[in-house]
Formats: sequence, structure tokens, C-alpha cells
Amino acid sequence: MRRIVTVMVLAAALGLAACASKPVKPASQSAAGAAGAGAESQGAGSGANTGEGALGNQQSVPGPQQGLLADRTIHFAFNSAVIRGRGIQIVAAHAKYLADHASARVRLEGNTDDRGSPEYNIGLGMRRAESVRQAMLLQGVSPSQITVVSYGEERPVDPANNPIAWAKNRRVDIVYLTPTQPAQ
Amino acid sequence: MKLIPTAAWIRTTAIAALLAACGLPTAQAQLTIKITSGVNHPVPIAIVPFAEAPSDSVGVAGVIQHDLVGSGRFSALARSQMPATPTHAAQVAFPDWKSTGVDYMVVGRVVPLSGGQLAVDFNLLNTLTGQSVVRKRFTGTAAALRNAAHRVSDAVYQAITGIRGAFDTRIAYIAVVGAGAAERFQLVVADADGYNQHLILESRFPIMSPVWSPDGKWLAYVSFEDHLSAVYLQRVRTGQRYRVSARAGENGAPSFSPNGQELALTLSGVSGYPQIYVLDLHTRQLTRITHTPAINTGAVWAPDGRSLYFTSDRAGSPQIYSKSLASGSFPRRITFTDSYNASPRISPHGTHLAMVTQVDGRYCIAVQNLKSGAFRVLTQGPLDSTPSFAPNGATIIYAKRSDPNGGAILATVSVDGMTGMTLKPTHGAVQDPTWGPFPQH
Repeated sequence: MRRIVTVMVLAAALGLAACASKPVKPASQSAAGAAGAGAESQGAGSGANTGEGALGNQQSVPGPQQGLLADRTIHFAFNSAVIRGRGIQIVAAHAKYLADHASARVRLEGNTDDRGSPEYNIGLGMRRAESVRQAMLLQGVSPSQITVVSYGEERPVDPANNPIAWAKNRRVDIVYLTPTQPAQ
Repeated sequence: MKLIPTAAWIRTTAIAALLAACGLPTAQAQLTIKITSGVNHPVPIAIVPFAEAPSDSVGVAGVIQHDLVGSGRFSALARSQMPATPTHAAQVAFPDWKSTGVDYMVVGRVVPLSGGQLAVDFNLLNTLTGQSVVRKRFTGTAAALRNAAHRVSDAVYQAITGIRGAFDTRIAYIAVVGAGAAERFQLVVADADGYNQHLILESRFPIMSPVWSPDGKWLAYVSFEDHLSAVYLQRVRTGQRYRVSARAGENGAPSFSPNGQELALTLSGVSGYPQIYVLDLHTRQLTRITHTPAINTGAVWAPDGRSLYFTSDRAGSPQIYSKSLASGSFPRRITFTDSYNASPRISPHGTHLAMVTQVDGRYCIAVQNLKSGAFRVLTQGPLDSTPSFAPNGATIIYAKRSDPNGGAILATVSVDGMTGMTLKPTHGAVQDPTWGPFPQH
């Protein structure tokens, strides 16, 4: 048996009614799921709306651009966190720059292709970022200069579902951040 | 039972990176539902149009019919084939209906009550015997008429199949809309059929891994605000949210314990090896569960709360392991087929393990019988992920990437693999679905 039933779901909600300026919208339940309406009426998002610059010292900056330093991406094989080929040289160039510029700071963003488990891919992206971090530490970079984050499969550079896109997406991006203030 | 002890946590305020829901084009709230396959011998049934006041008509019979046919266990008689449109059992001429070939029929009506309430009266009739199988009245507001219709579907489904229906339930998922600098991640709660969407959170940073509390009042999820991963709890109705883990490295993959008092989660710390922990939501005490220098993540609880199932690549490729929470126990490997098994989910009765598996390079949803070990691939892939069981265990919802250029859609498959359905947004992508518990009526 094969059936096609097409139903257009009405744009009932998405919180469009009573749109407030609060950044986090409560789901104003009106439907039968509303059994046992709680006493909580306090909406979220009140208070500090501090803007993206809240963590201003984490702002990304252009950083160095000479030679290999302009290259900010290290690519990886499927299900691997091993730095290879040109990636080794890119990491070495940034490690040298960071070791020579103690106030410079980077965020290493681990990424994967979008196949399989999103949670496992967060772990894999973390392993990739950690590979780059370890390589940089071995080359004299201070741990305080590096933060790591893994986005797993959530931030592809190419959203297509094919081997070329997947290869582009298996990567660590080096993002330069606002340098620390010189020590007093 | 006070389920989530939020007093122990400091409420976080949202930052501007999270955007208001204003001004979204309504088109993206649409989902197209397409039934892709069905069982060989569905039960023939007629859902006769209900008597409804035109002003509040949502087409109760149509909602019921969609639910039942979508389950794969029923086939519905076309309205053009119906000999009449009775709304009471007393009006039914059974011989006429018997000759259409249906075994059952549903008749009913929407009755206005005082105070803006409505009642949905229905009667499930056996057309062969002429007897009433089940008749009930559900009441609610006009706005909840669809939910009342789902409750009728649940009652009909249970009366005929013996299995509790899960039509009057909700799902949560992540929608990804826009591209480049305009890309936004949205945490959305909707009815299980995709209607009644509510935006819970919007961010220009990724949101992932939503999961319901056992009472359906809270969602836990991971959000990457300001490039840092953190685990949040958010009350669905009010939007109150609490950041419960924002340690260095990864904070990911939350899962509520069956009693709602603890949260399993993944932390990588500074070692860069993700490990499973259990966070006591009362005391904030953190207990480390795994100790292997490998990826350990995606923990879910056995229904008895005594063990966790999780993904680990400790043996090379990702596989699923279980570990008793009793002290001194060692993890036990559960999956042995193929080179990639991840995203474990345990069925509500603890009998089956659903997962993502790799078959000939395709990522598919599979189910393993935890007693017999029998392993069954339910979907074709090639890029399926994040299975989640309906609370009755009969259906799995998952994310499916079939567009070569784009993001995921949601799909369901029956646990026997026989029936499938897709829920497709008109634009953008939807992923990471998670099915909520039965409602507390």
C-alpha cells in the first residue's frame, strides 16, 4: 500500500502572536497540552540584554595574514582526528606565531561532516580541536592562549550532501580573538 | 513530586545573540506530511465527518483520519464512498456500511458548552456487529480542538490495536532557517503531527540535543551562545531557563533520568576526551561514569534508571555500550554489527534499542531487540540520524537528509519498519527531533 496524503500545516504559532522584544520566548501553550497550568508566569529573557559584546574579549579579529598564517583551516579524514599533510604546516605556522606573540589568542573550532550521530560528531570535532591544541602546546604555545569548542556537524561550510562537501566540512578552524592586555 | 529542583540553579538571562521571534515569515511554520509506506493489511475504517459548527470547525474527522492512516495500521474509506454522514449511532444503517468493506466506523459531533468550552462526542462502532466499541466525550477549549481530535484517535487506536495511542503528544526539534550571517537555529515544540508550533528559543548559534523531562514540562538542550557549549534546562510553558553546565570544553548530550532528578551529560573537560557524567539536579553533585581515553557520549537511561546506554569509540569505531550505575561495574558492549552504531535510544518498556547504523556506507535507523539480540534496519538512509521513540514505543521519529543540497526533514517509521511518513518544512531544515511523554490529562 502506498499513500500520499498532503496536509499543509497552518502557521498557527511559532510565537508570532504577542511578539515581545524578549530574546527568549515562552511557548504560550494554548492547546490541550495545557493540562495543569503551572503557577510559573515569569518569562525568561528579562534582565541583562547585554549584546554580543558581552564577552568582548572573545571577539574575533583578523589576526596575522602573512604566508601560511592566512590559512586558518585544517582538514581531516573521515572519523579521524589526525593532522596530516598541509595541515601540519598550517598548525606549525600558527603555533610559531602564537609562541612569539604571548598576547595573541585563538579559538579552535572543531567540525565534522553531517553523517551519523550529532552527539558523536561533537565528540569527534572536540578530538580534532584537541589534536590541534596539543600540537600547538608541543610547539611552545601557552595553554592560556587557546580555547576550544566543537560544533560537530552544526556549522558546515558546505551544506551539500556529497563527498566533496563532507571533506570540506571535516575541519578545525583557527579563529583569532582580541589579544589579552599586556601584563601590568 | 517536584520534578526539577530549580532552586539549586541560578537562572540565566538570555543574551542578545538570541533573537526575538518577531517578524519570522509564517511560511516556515508549515510542514508537509507525506505518508511513504504502509502495512499490508491495515484495518479498514470509516471516519465519518463530525457535526461541527462551521465557525470552529477544524475538521475533527480529518485529523483523526490522518492520525490513524499515518500509523500504518488503518486504511480509511474515502468520503465519496460513504453511503451517508451519520453523527449518532442511532442514525447508522449498518448493512450499507458493511457493504463498503469497513470493519469499524467512527461517528461524532462537536458540541458547544458554556464558557467557550467544546465537547467532542464520538462513538466507535463495529460495522459487522452494529455494536459500540468505545464511546467517550472529551472537553476542552476551541483552541484545543485538534488535541481533542487526537484523543479520539488515541481511544480508537487503543480499542482496536490494544496499544495506547500516542497521537495526543508533542515533539521538540531544531529548525535551521536562513543562511550565512542570517542563519538561525530555533528550538520548536509542536504536536506530534507537526501542527501547533511554538518557538521556544532562537539563536544565531547552534542549538542541539533537545530532550524532554519525564513529566513533559521541561526541555534540556545544548546551546552554543558566544561560542561556548552549555547545557540548559528550560520550562516549556514559561520560558524560564537555567544553565546547569558550562564547564571548559564540551557540555553536551543531556538526558533526564526516569525520575527526573538527575541529568546524564557529556563533559570533555580540558583533556578533550568526552566522558559521561551524571549530575544530581538537587545537590549539583557530578559523578563521572566513564574513564576511557576515547569519545564517550550520547548517554540515555534504561527505563529502570539503573544503567546508561552510550556511544563510545573505545574499540576504534563508534559502538553502543551499557554501564550499570552500581559501583564497580564495567561497561558492556551492546552492538556488534557494522562499523558504526551510535545515538542509542531505549524503548519505553526497555525491550528495544534504536540507533543510527551504517549499512554499506548509508546511515540508517535500526532497532535491536535487547533480549534476543535480533537486529533490524528500519530505514533506507542514506543520511538518517537522531531516532526518538514515541511514548507508546510503536513509532520512531528521526531526522532524514534526502535533499542532495540541503538540510534535514523529519520522518517517522513504525518499529516494525513497515510504515513511514515525512514532515517536511516548506523551507529551511528541521533536525534533532525528540518525542515527548504522554500528556498528563
